[in-house]
Amino acid sequence: MSNPVGSVKRGPHDPTRAHPGSRQAEAEAWLQSLRSGGREREDAAARLDGLLVKAARFELLRRRAQWNRSGESLDDLAVQSADSALSALLSKLDHYRFESRFTTWAYKFAILEAAQLARRRAWQERELPIGPEEWDRLAESTPELAAGVAVRDQLRRVMRAIQTQLSAHQREVLTELVLAEVPIDVLAERLNTTRGALYKTLHDARRKLRDVVGSEADD
Amino acid sequence: MTDQRQTPDHLLRRLLGPAGPELGCEECFELLDVYVEAELAGADAHGRIPGMRAHLEGCPACAEEHDSLRELLSAAESTPLPA
Repeated sequence: MSNPVGSVKRGPHDPTRAHPGSRQAEAEAWLQSLRSGGREREDAAARLDGLLVKAARFELLRRRAQWNRSGESLDDLAVQSADSALSALLSKLDHYRFESRFTTWAYKFAILEAAQLARRRAWQERELPIGPEEWDRLAESTPELAAGVAVRDQLRRVMRAIQTQLSAHQREVLTELVLAEVPIDVLAERLNTTRGALYKTLHDARRKLRDVVGSEADD
Repeated sequence: MTDQRQTPDHLLRRLLGPAGPELGCEECFELLDVYVEAELAGADAHGRIPGMRAHLEGCPACAEEHDSLRELLSAAESTPLPA
């Protein structure tokens, strides 16, 4: 496979050129340049943006099926993702702890933005698939899937616990994320909340279900 | 919805989630770069960042981003940046 981030133009303020072979020095050079002013900062930001565009392209190519019906071009979406990633990264420079290569730390921002953009494109014309009115039907039909007796019984107990033990919000989040497989960032956007808050709700709901199933098994 | 790959075992695992302590999505993102580099170096990534593996089992979106970063770094490593 060709290097997905390899061919980026190197300018006079290229941190990897200034400190070859030293990850710590390379990271310090990036930080120093990005925190400076004038031409040095512009050069560093442009070089970093080039790396982020390539990382975003890499991610978008993996997810082509999710966005290719939107009619947008790969390059446009990669630039859009990289712009968001660069903005997020620059606001979090103080979070970098020198525990990984600076470029690895940077790439994760591009991957996150590109992945979120692709998932949102895939769902932009779609309603959330499970409304409360469909819950009973789904809960009744799911355990009928072909399965061993033990698994089917456990599924029935879990489905019953979902209906009787969870709050309405926990039930909604669990249903959309797990049964309907709505991506967590898509659901967060629709519910006007954050991915972290939704996962916390999911985590609490799952813990409650495990407690119920565990205590029933002990009876 | 409950498609073909959502087998009963798989569905049950997804409903109940990972049992042990796990990170949240924000902590996962904060530490993802360190975790992936440790994995690729053959180090004890799970021991270094407890709760990450469990979170990746329980959160499909974070797992996808983990896989992507790992693949990106692997691809970049196989053909290093020119000096």
